[in-house]
Amino acid sequence: MNGFQDMPEKHASGAKARVDDIGIMRGLKPPPPSGTFWIKGLQALALVVAICFTLGASDAGSRFTNLNHRLMCTCGCAEILGECNHVGCTASTEELNDLRAYIAQGLSDDQILSAFAAKYGATVLAAPTTHGFDLVAWVAPFAVFAAALLGTILLVRRWSVGKTLTEAGVSDPATEALKEKIRRETDSGNDGGF
Amino acid sequence: MALFGSLALLIALALAAWNLLAGALALRWLATGQTAPVSPERLADTARRAGIAGFAAVTAAAFALIWSAFTNDFSITYIMEHSNRALPAAYKFSALWSGQEGSLLLWAWLLGAYGFVLRLTHKRDVKLYAYAGAILAGIQVFFLAVLNFAAPPFALLKGVIPDDGNGLNPLLQYPEMVIHPPMLYLGYVGFSVPFCFALGALMMRYPGEKWIKITRVWTLVTWLFLTLGIFLGMHWAYAVLGWGGYWGWDPVENASFMPWLTGTAFLHSVMMQEKKGMMKSWNVWLIFSTFLLTLLGTLLTRAGLVSSVHAFAQSSIGTWFTVFMGIVLAVCIFTYILQHDHLKSEHHLESLVSRESSFLFNNLVLLAACFVILWGTLFPILSEYVVGNKVTVGAPWYNAVAVPIGIFLLFLTGVGPLLPWRATSLRSIRRNFVLPSIALWATVIVCLAVGVKPWKDGAIDQGNFYALVAFAVSAGVLVAIFSEFLRGAGVIARQSGRNHFSAMYLLIRRNTRRYGGYIVHIGVVIVVVGLAGAAFNRSVESEMALHDKISIGPYTLECVGASQDSNANYNSEFALLDVYKGGKKLFQMTPEKRVYLASEQPQTMVAIHSVLEWDLYVVYEGTNPDTGQPIIKAILNPLVSWIWAGVVLMAFGTVLALVPSLKPAAQKGGQQ
Repeated sequence: MNGFQDMPEKHASGAKARVDDIGIMRGLKPPPPSGTFWIKGLQALALVVAICFTLGASDAGSRFTNLNHRLMCTCGCAEILGECNHVGCTASTEELNDLRAYIAQGLSDDQILSAFAAKYGATVLAAPTTHGFDLVAWVAPFAVFAAALLGTILLVRRWSVGKTLTEAGVSDPATEALKEKIRRETDSGNDGGF
Repeated sequence: MALFGSLALLIALALAAWNLLAGALALRWLATGQTAPVSPERLADTARRAGIAGFAAVTAAAFALIWSAFTNDFSITYIMEHSNRALPAAYKFSALWSGQEGSLLLWAWLLGAYGFVLRLTHKRDVKLYAYAGAILAGIQVFFLAVLNFAAPPFALLKGVIPDDGNGLNPLLQYPEMVIHPPMLYLGYVGFSVPFCFALGALMMRYPGEKWIKITRVWTLVTWLFLTLGIFLGMHWAYAVLGWGGYWGWDPVENASFMPWLTGTAFLHSVMMQEKKGMMKSWNVWLIFSTFLLTLLGTLLTRAGLVSSVHAFAQSSIGTWFTVFMGIVLAVCIFTYILQHDHLKSEHHLESLVSRESSFLFNNLVLLAACFVILWGTLFPILSEYVVGNKVTVGAPWYNAVAVPIGIFLLFLTGVGPLLPWRATSLRSIRRNFVLPSIALWATVIVCLAVGVKPWKDGAIDQGNFYALVAFAVSAGVLVAIFSEFLRGAGVIARQSGRNHFSAMYLLIRRNTRRYGGYIVHIGVVIVVVGLAGAAFNRSVESEMALHDKISIGPYTLECVGASQDSNANYNSEFALLDVYKGGKKLFQMTPEKRVYLASEQPQTMVAIHSVLEWDLYVVYEGTNPDTGQPIIKAILNPLVSWIWAGVVLMAFGTVLALVPSLKPAAQKGGQQ
């Protein structure tokens, strides 16, 4: 079991990292007028990230939990396997026993997931795989997001560049007068009739 | 009563049809200036009055169904299937929306109620309201047609009438279920009103932003209802389903979240139209999309297109909804193509780094999130169609794809208010961002120090990593928002000599919309902190004999007994657990398992002890058939109460934003 019980250990290593980081940050004050502040800030950030990923904590029991949260209960409850709490649910009990057995046999995570898919069908996996058509499920959201982001940036740039031209176009006196007339008519406390 | 209800629905349909046809004809004559056999104004007024009378007819039908539930009229199939004699009164009332036909009747009734208010307030802008009223009548015609011909709530039972009904689904017999569906429906249905105004304004080439000002209150109130509906549903799932979570990325949950996202985008982007005359087409399409997504949500819920735990009310009305969505989309596209030249922007962005562009990016991210959820919801259908292989798109996929987008959105929540309108200088940006950046990095360091490590076994621990980022960004955003409050209050305090508390009050009263919005943002941040707490959930499960103990976090639970109880509605068995902390007894918890007599279905009643730090969540999973002893699962869920507190703050901020700001004269008086 990970979490609050083993926090004192985590706290010990984390606290050392914190003292080092604060030392670096304090050394930066007051910031010089040039871009040195930001460069050193980025260096400090890189150091923090490096410290994060060079230290490790192990938790032997977590693999079972991790895997049972990547699988679905097949009883029809549409719950994650590790969260199905139906009384007497035979499906989840059998699946959890299978999972324990596969882990005991020394199979890798991918081999276990493949074994489950072979035995129970592809819907037993809680998320699409990363090959074949399933890959589209993973790629499409990021592709659409990136395209939309790029499109927005280009749009903003186009608007910024074309600002002066369009402003000239908008000021058609006849159109503006008509718009203003309609605006006045519709904004004046219209209390009945058309 | 069945005959009365059916007749009321038929009359309501006739009135809605008259409202649509007479209203459309009158508006057509007025728009073209054609000579009409009757006065178009009077014809339009009869249409409006038909809408009001239609609401009375739908109310009569809803009353008839509720009355039938209270009088145990099991000759009506719907009442037989969703009620029974021993059902408590509150749940008999909620039987109205516990099934397919009843929930559609609730939808029609709410639509009628919104229409009633709209038609009573028509003098604000008679012509625009007439357009909106006619479009609303079109929507009402659809729902009433479904109720009359496809899913009649007053259908009579064939054969022998039973003495008792099947009872309400046990999952629905919970207090939140009495208010969660109406709240959600108030949200869903409410978006029909801004949709009608947007489409009406486009049809009549309505100039200016007045339609947006008119619909602002509608949209905000609707958004508030949808927000409350979603969170009430989350709380219901948390307290009833017994798996320790509140959001499972179920298609029906997603269906409610999608219009919330586009509705939120709309609330932000209308400010661009109001202040700068920009994004007019975008706003129109946002509200069109929001309305279509509410229909899609109902389609997904009712048609059984995707598998869902919300299997309370499925039927074959999917075709009706698909056709109606097609018609709505066609009308929207046709009207837009015809009138889009009317929606040209009056101003343009001056800088990539400005409040305007932050709204653009905010909209982009909200829509990206909406797309992700739609994609995840529909991918199983797509996969089956393309490769003939149905797959599951569950929480792991959403956590990997949607959560990063959510965190980016949270980041924008903090950045937006720090950027001024039009353009800004690098120096100004740096000044505004210093404090939030310090808060962000200080939080990272503190989190690392207390053990929130984004790695495990030498690899990234996704849950902890996201939690760390969410905590850090939340801290930055909170500091950014509070600094806005303090900066504004400081200026007022200096100018007026008031103390900071009084200055803060005046600041908020002067611009309730802006600062109400900021309070909503603070609520969102608090919700996110609560959601991030899920990364540190832990649980223990054990069969417990008398005086057996289990420990979780700082708590020790001792089984001091197990008992049974029964009443006319259900039998229950429960465990008595004394909870100790530091060797001292704090309280007793009684997790329960019920078996409802009418439906013979079991139901969990979770025992929850909630404090600011975490929830102690205890589930009675049943008894071991071999030993007869209770099986108890205890879960420690950190920060869950923050989610509910954040929602309360979001609601408060929204209500505040609805309060009119102090006018200049009042400001002057207030400063004296």
